[in-house]
Amino acid sequence: MSEFVRNIRLWFAPELVRDEGGTPDYRFSLANERTFLAWLRTALALIGGGFAVDQFLPALPWAWRVGLALALLGAGVLCSLRAVNHWVRCERAMRRGEDLPASRFPALLSLVIAVVAVVMVVVVLAGWAG
Amino acid sequence: MGGVSAAGRDPGLQPERTRLAWRRTTLSAAAAAVLAVRTALHGGASAAGVAACALCCLLFLGFLGVAHRRIRALAAVPRPAALAPRHATAAVLYAVGLVVCAVILVV
Repeated sequence: MSEFVRNIRLWFAPELVRDEGGTPDYRFSLANERTFLAWLRTALALIGGGFAVDQFLPALPWAWRVGLALALLGAGVLCSLRAVNHWVRCERAMRRGEDLPASRFPALLSLVIAVVAVVMVVVVLAGWAG
Repeated sequence: MGGVSAAGRDPGLQPERTRLAWRRTTLSAAAAAVLAVRTALHGGASAAGVAACALCCLLFLGFLGVAHRRIRALAAVPRPAALAPRHATAAVLYAVGLVVCAVILVV
């Protein structure tokens, strides 16, 4: 748990990140930054999807509409927080010359999105979406 | 552009690709903000709706500021420094703030 708290402090503190190890080749830092931005775009797309469910499926029963929207919005929050956390962990690993951290988050996110998509298909086929 | 590029070209391409990634992300942020504004003003402008709309616009401007600063930093020198963690956190807080607005508007 303390490792987790330490990581969160690193989100805000450039000098703490720079304390460790040596500066990696700037190209690797930029690649890490692009990966972070790709995850942030994924998060923003999920958030946009949440708004879209709320706005473009008005005939859906309230509970389904809000439930689906909240699921997508929740996935967006998780995805964005994970984006910055993973970015810091990768940056630290590169500075210390360690292997990059492994993650099961992409697999989890794929499963969640698959479930939401299947629910949407059922909802649309059932004709609730008007 | 193949996988193998001349050593001389690569240093310029990496910052450019990162700059474009920031632009793409800004575009995604704008799309999310537009959907947020649409939701906020849907069915007449209530006081809460207008407040949420203003907050979403402010958040977007904040994100735009971070992206703009980073794009300029990337363009300024041939070997730009790594992204500062607080800027990464600020970009993420935009997404989180948008979700807070969304939850207020949707529920």
